[in-house]
Amino acid sequence: VSALAVTAHAGPDEDQLTINEEIEIVTEAPAPAHLEGVVDTIYSGWRFRSDETQAMQMDDFDNPGLVGVESAQAAFAAVDGTEGKACADCHNSPEDLAGVKAVYPKWNEEAGEVRTIEMQINDCRTTRMGAEEWKYSGGEMTDMVALMAFVSRGMPVDVAIDGPAQSTWEQGKEIYYTRYGQLELACANCHEDNWGNMIRADHLSQGQINGFPTYRLKNTKLNAVHDRFRGCVRDTMAETFAVGSPEFVALELYVASRGNGLSVEGPSVRN
Amino acid sequence: MKNTLGMAAIMAFAGSGLLAEAVAPAEVAYDDYGAVEVSLTGAPGNVENGAVLMNKGSGNCVACHQIAALPELAFQGEIGPALDGAGSRWTEAELRGIVANAKKTFDGTMMPSFYKTEGYIRLGNGFTGKAAEGDVPPLLTAQDVEDVVAFLMTLKDE
Ligand code: HEC
Ligand code: HEC
Ligand code: HEC
Repeated sequence: VSALAVTAHAGPDEDQLTINEEIEIVTEAPAPAHLEGVVDTIYSGWRFRSDETQAMQMDDFDNPGLVGVESAQAAFAAVDGTEGKACADCHNSPEDLAGVKAVYPKWNEEAGEVRTIEMQINDCRTTRMGAEEWKYSGGEMTDMVALMAFVSRGMPVDVAIDGPAQSTWEQGKEIYYTRYGQLELACANCHEDNWGNMIRADHLSQGQINGFPTYRLKNTKLNAVHDRFRGCVRDTMAETFAVGSPEFVALELYVASRGNGLSVEGPSVRN
Repeated sequence: MKNTLGMAAIMAFAGSGLLAEAVAPAEVAYDDYGAVEVSLTGAPGNVENGAVLMNKGSGNCVACHQIAALPELAFQGEIGPALDGAGSRWTEAELRGIVANAKKTFDGTMMPSFYKTEGYIRLGNGFTGKAAEGDVPPLLTAQDVEDVVAFLMTLKDE
C-alpha cells in the first residue's frame, strides 16, 4: 500500500560468517529442545546487521574488538596481587582455556552457585592471586572475557540447564518473560515475538549472547552482556537489575541456553 | 476526588472554553470490548498535536506502527499493524480505549498502556534505569490521548 513497505529488512539475511577465511561460525542452528514450540531456528545477531557491520567481523584486522583481546593477552601474562602470580602461571596460555566460554554460565560445585565467567575470573583474582577484584563489567574484565571468547571462537555454545543449574535457569526464564517497566515489555516481546521486525530504526534480532562481548559502533567499546541487559531493561522504563546481580546471572544462563548450538563469536561487532 | 466533578460540570467547562479536570487514569470507564465512550477532558482533540505525538516523546507510535499519512517520519516500525485507515476501522470510542489502554481491547498485546498509572513491575524513573520515586504520570496526558484520537480519526480509508 504505502511506499514505506520495509519488507527488505524482514528476517535475518542469508549471509554466512567465516572469520579470517578460516574460522567457520554457525550463525543459524536448529533451536535447542527446550525452545520447542517457541522458536524453530536460532540465529546469531550477526545475521541481522548491515553488510558493512558484518564485514568488520569477518577479518580480525577490521574488528575493533581485537584491541581488547590484545590488552587482555598482556594482562594474562602480568603478575598481579599479593601471591605474585599471573593467570599464565596456572593456566599457561589463554588457549589452554579454549572451550571454557562456551559452557558458561556454569554450576560451581564448591561454591554451590551458578557462576558467570566474570565471577570465575574474579574468584581466581581474589582467592588465588590475592589481587583486587575487577569491576564486573569494567574494561579490564570485559577485555579478559573477550579473550576467553576469542580462544573459543567457532565452538558451539553448550550451557547446561539441568541438574543443580536448573533452578537458576528457571529463574532466568521467568525474568525473560516478565513485562517490566512503564512500557510493560518483556525480553520475549521484542526478541521472541518480533525478531526480524523493525522497531523504529532498529532491526530486532533474537537477542542472542553468543557474540559477547560485542564491540558496538554506537559507543565504540566492548560491551559486557550484563550492560546490554541493563540497556534493554532500562528501555522499558523499568528499574534495572544491577550488573553482576543474581537476577542477571540467572538471565544470562537462560539467554545463553537459547543460543545452545550457535558458535561462540566474541568479540563480535554490532551497531 | 476528581470524579465528583460529574458530566454536567465537564460540559459546562468545555462549553465555556475552560479546561475541565480530566478523568483520572484509574477512573476511566472501559466497556466490555475496551472502548471508552466519554472524552477524557471534554475538550476536543487537537489533530496537529496528535500528529506530533505519533513521532515524539511518550507517544512514539511510529516505533511500532507505519503511518503513510506522515511520510516525513523516518524509520516507521513494523511491530503492530499500519495505522492507515484506523479512523474507518474503529469508532472514536474504540480508538480512545486502544490508546488509553490497548490491553483492554487486545488481550496481552505488546502495545503499552498510555493512560495508566498502576500495576507496573519494577517501575522506573523514566529511562534512567533507576526506581521511580512516588507516583508517575501516565505516558500521555488526558489531553494528549484526545489529541492522538483526533489524529487517528483523520486516517480514513481512501
Ligand atoms: C594460582 C592459580 C591460578 C591463577 C593465578 C589463576 N587461576 Fe584461573 N583457575 C585456577 C584453578 C585451580 C581453576 C579451577 C580449576 C579449573 O577448572 O581449571 C581456575 C579456573 C578458571 C576458569 C574457569 C575454567 C573452567 O573450566 O571452568 C577461568 C576462565 C579462569 N580460571 C581464568 C583465569 C584468569 C583470567 C586468571 C587471571 C586473571 C586466572 N584464572 C588466574 C587457578 C588459577
Ligand atoms: C523494546 C524492545 C526490547 C526489549 C523489551 C528488549 N530488547 Fe534486547 N534489544 C532490543 C534492540 C532494538 C536491540 C538491538 C538490535 C538487536 O540486536 O536486536 C537489542 C539487542 C539485544 C542484545 C544484543 C544482541 C547481539 O547480537 O548483540 C541482547 C543480548 C538483548 N537485546 C537481550 C535482551 C534481553 C535479555 C531482554 C530482556 C531483559 C531484552 N533484550 C529486552 C530491543 C529490546
Ligand atoms: C511497542 C509497540 C507499540 C507501540 C509503541 C504502539 N503500539 Fe499500537 N499496537 C501495537 C500492536 C502489537 C498492535 C496490535 C494489537 C494486538 O496485539 O493484536 C497495536 C494496535 C494498535 C491499533 C489498532 C490497530 C488497527 O487495526 O488499526 C491502534 C489504533 C494503535 N495500535 C494505535 C497506537 C497509537 C496511537 C500509539 C501511540 C500513542 C501506539 N499504537 C503505540 C503495538 C504498539
